Amino acid sequence: MSIRVLFFASLADAAGTRERTVEAAGITDVISVFDRCTADAPALESYRTSVLLALNSEFARPSSPVRDGDEVAFFPPVSGG
Amino acid sequence: MFSLTREPIDTARISRSLQQPEDGALVVFEGIVRNHARDKAVRYLEYEAYESMALKKLEEVGTTARSRFDIRDIAIVHRLGHMEIGEASTVIVVASAHRGAAFEACRFAIDTIKEIVPIWKKEFYTDGEVWIEGAR
Repeated sequence: MSIRVLFFASLADAAGTRERTVEAAGITDVISVFDRCTADAPALESYRTSVLLALNSEFARPSSPVRDGDEVAFFPPVSGG
Repeated sequence: MFSLTREPIDTARISRSLQQPEDGALVVFEGIVRNHARDKAVRYLEYEAYESMALKKLEEVGTTARSRFDIRDIAIVHRLGHMEIGEASTVIVVASAHRGAAFEACRFAIDTIKEIVPIWKKEFYTDGEVWIEGAR
């Protein structure tokens, strides 16, 4: 299982990176990817209730299942326009 | 036409390329970098995007606008990177036979961009910088 993980805006600052790969057993859904990243970057924890989740460029739920090769993104509420 | 760009947006060129003889109304919206926010003086802004998803979502906004309002076409361009005060970060152009639908579709488009398109603004002040988070 290999998941490409992207972080944007304040979440990238908290993660200390804009991109990483998560390769681990026990990764089944989007929130388990977030849990894995939070273990490595505890500053992410404070974003748990506000983070927006995306799976392969579409909004996702915490329980959305992930598969090998998927791209998951974590970011704050959007502020474009 | 939906796009992301790192160059200044040429609003007049977008309007000219969208407009057709059957159009009776062309509504143009420019989102402009403002020199103040939350009682602080803003020096400049930077925008970043999850580009592949942002482009997909801009197209979704445009497609929904076309199906929901009686318009002929819509163009949306969002700029990314560094922007000075007074520059346009977003340009929306709506073309339709009549003005009512064009105004409504344009308002819908900018409001929806601010809800679902993964783009973020960072404000730079004289004494620091802050990522702005939208309302959920």
